[in-house]
Amino acid sequence: MQQAQTLYEKLWSSHVVRQDADGTALIYIDRHLVHEVTSPQAFEGLKLAGRKPWRVSSIVATADHNTPTDHWEEGIKDPISRQQVETLDANIREVGSLAYFPFKDERQGIVHVIGPENGATLPGMTVVCGDSHTSTHGAFACLAHGIGTSEVEHVLATQCLMQKKSKTLLIQVDGDLAPGVTAKDVVLAIIGRIGTAGGTGYAMEFGGSAIRGLSMEGRMTICNMAIEAGARAGLIAVDETTIEYLKGRPYAPAGEEFERASAYWRTLTSDAGAAYDKVVQMDAASIRPQVTWGTSPEMVSDINGVVPDPAAEKDPVKREGMTRALAYMGLEAGTPIKRIPVDRVFIGSCTNSRIEDLRAAAAVAKGRQKADSVKQVLVVPGSGLVKRQAESEGLDKVFVAAGFEWREPGCSMCLAMNADRLESGERCASTSNRNFEGRQGAGGRTHLVSPALAAAAAIAGHFADVAELN
Amino acid sequence: MRAFTTLDGLVAPLDRANVDTDAIIPKQFLKSIQRSGFGPNLFDEWRYLDHGEPGMDNSTRKLNPDFVLNQSRYTGAQILLTRDNFGCGSSREHAPWALDDYGFRALIGTSYADIFFNNCFKNGVLPICLPADVVDRLFATCVANAGYRLKIDLAAQQVIEPDGTAHGFDVDGFRKECLLNGWDEIGLTLRHADEIRAFEASRKAEHPYYFR
Repeated sequence: MQQAQTLYEKLWSSHVVRQDADGTALIYIDRHLVHEVTSPQAFEGLKLAGRKPWRVSSIVATADHNTPTDHWEEGIKDPISRQQVETLDANIREVGSLAYFPFKDERQGIVHVIGPENGATLPGMTVVCGDSHTSTHGAFACLAHGIGTSEVEHVLATQCLMQKKSKTLLIQVDGDLAPGVTAKDVVLAIIGRIGTAGGTGYAMEFGGSAIRGLSMEGRMTICNMAIEAGARAGLIAVDETTIEYLKGRPYAPAGEEFERASAYWRTLTSDAGAAYDKVVQMDAASIRPQVTWGTSPEMVSDINGVVPDPAAEKDPVKREGMTRALAYMGLEAGTPIKRIPVDRVFIGSCTNSRIEDLRAAAAVAKGRQKADSVKQVLVVPGSGLVKRQAESEGLDKVFVAAGFEWREPGCSMCLAMNADRLESGERCASTSNRNFEGRQGAGGRTHLVSPALAAAAAIAGHFADVAELN
Repeated sequence: MRAFTTLDGLVAPLDRANVDTDAIIPKQFLKSIQRSGFGPNLFDEWRYLDHGEPGMDNSTRKLNPDFVLNQSRYTGAQILLTRDNFGCGSSREHAPWALDDYGFRALIGTSYADIFFNNCFKNGVLPICLPADVVDRLFATCVANAGYRLKIDLAAQQVIEPDGTAHGFDVDGFRKECLLNGWDEIGLTLRHADEIRAFEASRKAEHPYYFR
């Protein structure tokens, strides 16, 4: 009998083109997602070396990082941003692709939102992109991870990557989530537990009844932030939720071919008794809504907690890091999280801009008003299709009635490469993935939360439990 | 790629953990479609007192006197001492491009984020891991001695202190060969083009829906 295999081992072994004695392998790449920021130098390198792309039908491309989220009729005002987007246009026009969703296309959006919603991300694939949040696609039992620009060029030229096998880590989350606790809270709690380097060197699989109970949107939120725990790839096994999501998507197989593919996809689970290099158990019921207080995603508390005291930390490097973070964040140790006021709110990003996220935020916003003290609440759908779906459900009207701004899709204030950004010293409740110094604008202060908590902060003017509003 | 064999370089200490790639090179500089020119904006938000944007004349901007790389004793440093989880966050290869463009050829620390670590090797920048107690001591010695230098011998896999104390380090055999020889990985992979084609054909036969 064949030895029990983890999902990662199955995905790895089905993509090895060749392997050297030292374990260095050539891995075949099925899907190559491309955006404007990390690809221009790769296309240029390819051209300078006189090489052609190996298989353009693997390429799905979009412009997302630099694109504005309002006044699309005015185009991209920043000339440097515009040049980058036009460079992508020119490169894709020249080499071709399976699909290209340029700026203003009705299916344009964040690369990690459009891949799955168009069925361009399918179970069993290897998926790469010059973007660390490519881990998102692991929610479909894909071996998916971010790469640098040199590797973007390598994949363009050879359809392969040179790699060694990762170690395997299972995060097992069992039990029922408490009401109001979402996928975002689960993944922030995981990062708080194992730290931002806890998954370094591992492929991180998420399992257990709490994970199986999540929608595909929730699973994508979890895998999206595997990289924030240090793991390049997050993974979740295929089940009927996965199969149902894929039915009828434009680039997914249809009819009899879908049935045949599904039979294979259903094997993309870890076998009973498969051995992992490391296992971490979490109790779902004990997880509360999470809010980060510092400048690393591991600096996280539950909503009922207080800002911790660096003096209580024994490790000098960590203590110094906490002290620096509190100074940057303008926070004092001992402050209850619920007393921290916010200046702006951002609902969006590849972590939390899908339809379920917008529904969760709208459910909180409905019939309520943004606090006067909050300067701006941006709601940025992950794609044109998400935007259209939300509008068909009337969510846009709920947001606008609450004093929120309903924008066009893109990465927006997750990393502030476009005009959406924090001013120095401003504090933001954000559904994005990174609270690094300056991430949302130089001097800006980011607190990572779920869409429901972001909307609650917009209404209350400070962090608040949804159940305690009004 | 430029080869890396040996280095005898001035050392600068960056004593903080979890230095992310947003800090190494802020996002506004990622709008460039070039591979070079990022050095003046390395650690931009820590290094300057004002807010940097592409196209500014960096030579006229006010430096932050408290930032370690702005101390004259570290001018011309080629080796950066780092702490845990250096290079975490975004996959931007602009981070090693900026370190390289500034003049850093090697990093010495306790651990690096995976994607950043990988990106360094593609650019002739050598990220070295040493045990925490050794790194602690190197930080202390570097800070106490102006002009502190270290030698790195990649073939021998050693970091050598001025008194001759040598610290061995691990490096993946294939990556080491690529660095020592300055090999182009794409060229190496394309030597196996026939195997890639054969793999692709059999995968397409089994799973045609991945190839539409």
